[in-house]
Amino acid sequence: MEPKVNILIVDDEEIVRESLASWLEEDGYEVKVAENAARALERLPEKEWNLAMVDLKMPGMDGIELMDEIRKIKPETIVIIMTAYATVDTAVQAMKKGAYDYIVKPFNPEDLSLTIRKIIEHQKLLKENIYLRKELKKQYRLHDMVSKNHKMIEIFELVKTVAKSNSTVLVQGESGTGKELLSRAIHMESPRKDEPFVTVSCASLTESLLESELFGYEKGAFTGADQARSGKIELAKDGTLFLDEIGDISLKLQMDLLRVLEEKEFRRVGGTQLIPVNSRIIAATNRDLTKAIEEGKFREDLYYRLNVISVLLPPLRERKEDVPLLVEHFLERFNIEMGKNVEGVAESAMRMLMDYSWPGNARELRNMIERAMVVTKGRMILDADLSLPQTPGVPLSNNRGKSLSEMEKEHIRRVLLDNRWNIIRSAQVLGIDRVTLYNKIRKYELKKEPVLNS
Amino acid sequence: MGVIPDAMLRKLQDRLRDYLSLPVRISRNMPVPEGSYERNRNQYNSTRILREILREAPADAIKIVGIIDKDMCIPILTFVFGEAQLGGVASIVSIARLRQEFHGLSPDDGILFERLCKEALHELGHNFGLIHCPDRECVMYLSNTVRDVDRKRITYCDSCDSALYAKTEPWRV
Ligand SMILES: Nc1ncnc2c1ncn2[C@@H]1O[C@H](COP(=O)(O)OP(=O)(O)OP(=O)(O)O)[C@@H](O)[C@H]1O
Ligand SMILES: [Mg+2]
Ligand SMILES: [Zn+2]
Ligand SMILES: [Zn+2]
Repeated sequence: MEPKVNILIVDDEEIVRESLASWLEEDGYEVKVAENAARALERLPEKEWNLAMVDLKMPGMDGIELMDEIRKIKPETIVIIMTAYATVDTAVQAMKKGAYDYIVKPFNPEDLSLTIRKIIEHQKLLKENIYLRKELKKQYRLHDMVSKNHKMIEIFELVKTVAKSNSTVLVQGESGTGKELLSRAIHMESPRKDEPFVTVSCASLTESLLESELFGYEKGAFTGADQARSGKIELAKDGTLFLDEIGDISLKLQMDLLRVLEEKEFRRVGGTQLIPVNSRIIAATNRDLTKAIEEGKFREDLYYRLNVISVLLPPLRERKEDVPLLVEHFLERFNIEMGKNVEGVAESAMRMLMDYSWPGNARELRNMIERAMVVTKGRMILDADLSLPQTPGVPLSNNRGKSLSEMEKEHIRRVLLDNRWNIIRSAQVLGIDRVTLYNKIRKYELKKEPVLNS
Repeated sequence: MGVIPDAMLRKLQDRLRDYLSLPVRISRNMPVPEGSYERNRNQYNSTRILREILREAPADAIKIVGIIDKDMCIPILTFVFGEAQLGGVASIVSIARLRQEFHGLSPDDGILFERLCKEALHELGHNFGLIHCPDRECVMYLSNTVRDVDRKRITYCDSCDSALYAKTEPWRV
């Protein structure tokens, strides 16, 4: 039989202790509780604790101080800090100080099961092998990407495995969820990492321009082609060809692309010589391709060719636990880039960030932090430094019954209005690109409303 | 607790009797404990409900499983399907999230009943001292989503079943 796993819960609220203990016991863990830090320290010598789940805010010694003590007395005990929204920022500080993880109450049961299982698994390894705490945290990182969401971590793990293969990958997800970043990570994890990574933005070009961009052309292929040019497929050589916004290409080019994928060779525009394709292909889109197939706008056979390995990045609103982590990540980055020394985000500001729905996902958050760091005067980002889209006096309940697209439409309309229909600025605020914004304006039939001057 | 159709309870009674070979009785409807409501979450605290059930449990009850139509949670988790005292007397199952409607699908009494059976057997398993089982198809597998629930069979795996068999010995009919 496996040895029992011992968990210590430290929380000043009885109902929290009792309910969490009961939940963990059903999972077969041996659980003990303490109502404050002093009592927890008393219980520490009782056994070898695998895990301590510690509330951040407690009267007397708080969770972080207790964690410091636990790490001195029982360095092999892993500490998870439990916190409410408003104190997330402090929890991030806790992680920096060596907490294994933090949990924002209320937590998704699936995520909690997974987190605990992972800890136990790693602890087993730890016993056999000396693993550094840093190693444990690494699973939250894939090159420039960070996440502590279990779906994202699964994706990171998938990426590490599939990077070694040559299979085509289709990356789907809303705008700003990190499709390009992930595609670059696949490239960097692959044996092709020293070869080129070549991007083709399929949405921004007309059909004929995109065709010559992809395939290149021979001299005299069309008027203006006074010199032969290689296309992106050729330029990618033995590297990775990244087809961004694949959902936007014309049916004719879809056909051409399908042929390239099948035959692994192609001709330049106006050319006769067959050129082999050696690169790995990754395609990305924020469109719903299955719907596009139904509507006859996307070829099913091409879809299956591309979708050999399929990655769906969840939107940020479905992984709010990533907000503090991303904020931390962007702060670090912009501190270096701007030569600043901003230390963090005030609690109330963090709460606002946690409560917002992030239609533009991580990119919108990045832009928000970047702007806040430009305007902030002090070492902390305050509420006033954030230019969160104002929906004054509209409590959440008023949005009940509105569909997501209705809310998106309304949000875009407001941002456009706030920015006097400046497309570039509005797109920036929304964290989407210009083309996407234009598409959405068309989709929602938004029109510039005359502004009444007083 | 709340509104649970009589017919559903009677069907559940039959099923539980068949699976567990134990006498099963339907007890009268109990009001949802007032103190269990968490206003800011619009959910009900399962641990507090459990305490109340325990207080109301008839003296001769071997085990008592409450069925409630309200969505339940505990402070640290966004929701729970149910809760049980491990090796204790009382447990509780919520049908709120077991309903197809909760997930934006059209109502299906058949599916709801299957899920309820599984979760009731699961919580009773805890009451008889069983912990979660690694077998994804065993009713004692920890299900955090209805997808998990649907994948489970309506029975215990061999090893859980034999453990349960030993524990129910004194009362078996
Ligand atoms: N997990 C992450 N960790 C760190 N930064 C991220 C993450 N996801 C996204 N970002 C940030 O968001 C920006 C946008 O990501 P990316 O360009 O990959 O999005 P996308 O999905 O390709 O969006 P679009 O569909 O609009 O092209 C990145 O440059 C990066 O700064
Ligand atoms: Mg992109
Ligand atoms: Zn259980
Ligand atoms: Zn089992």
